[in-house]
Amino acid sequence: MARVELVDIQKSFGAVKAVRNANIVFEDASFTTLLGPSGCGKTTILRMISGLADPSSGDILIGGNRVNDVPIHKRNLGLVFQNYALFPHRTIAENIAFGLKYRGVAKSDVTRKVHKALDIVRLPGVEDRYPQQLSGGQQQRIALARAIVIEPDVLLLDEPLSALDANLREDMRVELKAIQDRIGVTTIFVTHDQSEALAMSDRIVVMSAGRVEQIGDPDEVYNTPASEFVASFLGASNLLPARVIGRDADGVVLETAEFGTTIVPANRAATLGDGDRGQLMVRAEKLFLSDGPATPDSTQAVIEAVDYQGQLARYFLRVGDTQLQAINMITGRPFAAGSTVNLTLAANECSALPLKDT
Amino acid sequence: MSSSDQSIDKRPWLLLSPSLMAITLLVVIPMAFILVYSFYENIDLAVDKVAFQFGNWSEVMTDGYYRTAIWKTLRLSVIVTVLAAVLGYIPAYFIAMTKFRDKWLLLLLLILPFWISFIIRTLSWIHIFGNQGALNGLFQLLGLTDAPLSLMYNEFTVIVGFIHVFLPYMILNIYVSLEGIDENLEPAARTLGATPWQAFREVTLPLSMPGLAAGCLLVFVLTGGSYVTPLILGGPSDFLFGNLIYDAIVTELNWPMGATLSFTLLLLLGLVVVLYSRLMGLNQLSKAFK
Ligand SMILES: Nc1ncnc2c1ncn2[C@@H]1O[C@H](COP(=O)(O)OP(=O)(O)OP(=O)(O)O)[C@@H](O)[C@H]1O
Ligand SMILES: [Mg+2]
Repeated sequence: MARVELVDIQKSFGAVKAVRNANIVFEDASFTTLLGPSGCGKTTILRMISGLADPSSGDILIGGNRVNDVPIHKRNLGLVFQNYALFPHRTIAENIAFGLKYRGVAKSDVTRKVHKALDIVRLPGVEDRYPQQLSGGQQQRIALARAIVIEPDVLLLDEPLSALDANLREDMRVELKAIQDRIGVTTIFVTHDQSEALAMSDRIVVMSAGRVEQIGDPDEVYNTPASEFVASFLGASNLLPARVIGRDADGVVLETAEFGTTIVPANRAATLGDGDRGQLMVRAEKLFLSDGPATPDSTQAVIEAVDYQGQLARYFLRVGDTQLQAINMITGRPFAAGSTVNLTLAANECSALPLKDT
Repeated sequence: MSSSDQSIDKRPWLLLSPSLMAITLLVVIPMAFILVYSFYENIDLAVDKVAFQFGNWSEVMTDGYYRTAIWKTLRLSVIVTVLAAVLGYIPAYFIAMTKFRDKWLLLLLLILPFWISFIIRTLSWIHIFGNQGALNGLFQLLGLTDAPLSLMYNEFTVIVGFIHVFLPYMILNIYVSLEGIDENLEPAARTLGATPWQAFREVTLPLSMPGLAAGCLLVFVLTGGSYVTPLILGGPSDFLFGNLIYDAIVTELNWPMGATLSFTLLLLLGLVVVLYSRLMGLNQLSKAFK
């Protein structure tokens, strides 16, 4: 088991800067998610940690040792590829046992370990099949079994759940987390699915265009995003330009054209910085619609469109020139498009962000 | 339901019919003529008598000279095939794995020699190995020898000539196989603890077997059936079975004997293909490309 550290890692492919200046610590036995849109450099980071790609500059430390010059096969990592990369000419049992034969495991132990690995990924009895004879989701689980059976120091997972259907995906999510807790392996998990990241991770590294945007606990990145990108990538939110008109120990007082003054708790303004300009971030589910007479702290809004989702409705609203989104539980029937409603926001659960490009 | 089943049954034959027709017209019928000719009797130079007799066949079966030629041919074919496999794998691997953007250029280079006549390519070795050739020139320039060394017209030059001509077939076959392999497989093996060589041996090599096997079969059959290369580059004892056919037909003008020998070679090479496909599971090869 080992702690993984990236120090000033850069990686360019010709003119493309796939990873810029990444400084990330993956704590021993932790579950860290690399989260970001397609092409932001997640796979590239995994490849560099595993040794399949060399960083253009910077150091990679595993268990405190610099591994830049350690060959791939001596790093003892389990890597699950985005496309599984199972060996088509080998049976499932041979696939899983592949890494064991380089570790001097006795024959009888191999069979037992393969068996156990298949149990862990909940696919017992497929030993003698070939990868082509399994579904995509099953292949993905075999790839996971092949990676964990070698008891790696670090487990690298490149979107290992992407091929599963929604139900199996949630099951495997829980299962994967349980496996990780049980074997206590440092795990680096790549995904572009935010709910997966929020549900599974000890820490989340949010990336965009090769840059690390924010590193933090799930609730940290969700509630106090460091940048507009993080705010909009995780969940639906409204970002309103705001003036900082006061701060004290309890919070920051922001003034927006739409909602007047709002007091945001201090811990939710951690990334705001000095200066008198910022943004107020209101999650779509923290913006509440109501009818009836206006109250002092509510704002009038016109519903432009309603997106009915069962227990929830997503409203597209207009306040003056500003468009807003709100996601509310429905009691009875949703508000109709075209009607005017009162909007209130949960100030305690809003955040203050720096203005873009500061 | 049953009618649609039938139409599905017929479709492959319908699609195959043009090629079957071509094969019948261009291969089966001419071969039948050759078979018929092998029973004719040669009376004098270019004079044959229509007959049904087994004189030619019994001569081929009993005369040790022909057996020697068969062994020589098989031996040389095996040598050329093995050398071509080893020498061809390396460039094929390189072309398949290179990150070079204009890969097609490398493939073009590979087929570029086909634009020059095979005879001319073979003859060109005389300028390298011959008494006035490049190698002798170099040796003399370096003062290694006074008189030209005799490098030409032996088995070595024949092998060189064959490999020169047939290597592209081998490379292309192996390349196609390698190209179809998921590029993450070798890295996967590496992360599981295999050294580069182990990863190659355990993953890439077995997965490229179909191409390698097809290339080997092709080179073997092509070598076994050729006569021009030994004729140009070989000495008096470097003849293959094909040269005997050439002699019988062109020099001795004994067509019935030539026909008999041709058919013998066809049977021999056909036997090799059948045995080989049994051994390697040639019909299994196509599976690797799925
Ligand atoms: N071998 C390569 N050669 C050139 N460019 C590359 C190479 N590998 C990756 N890139 C580029 O580096 C950037 C990051 O790629 P990477 O594969 O790490 O993205 P990703 O975050 O894993 O995306 P996805 O979610 O789609 O898998 C992309 O712009 C990609 O085009
Ligand atoms: Mg990726």
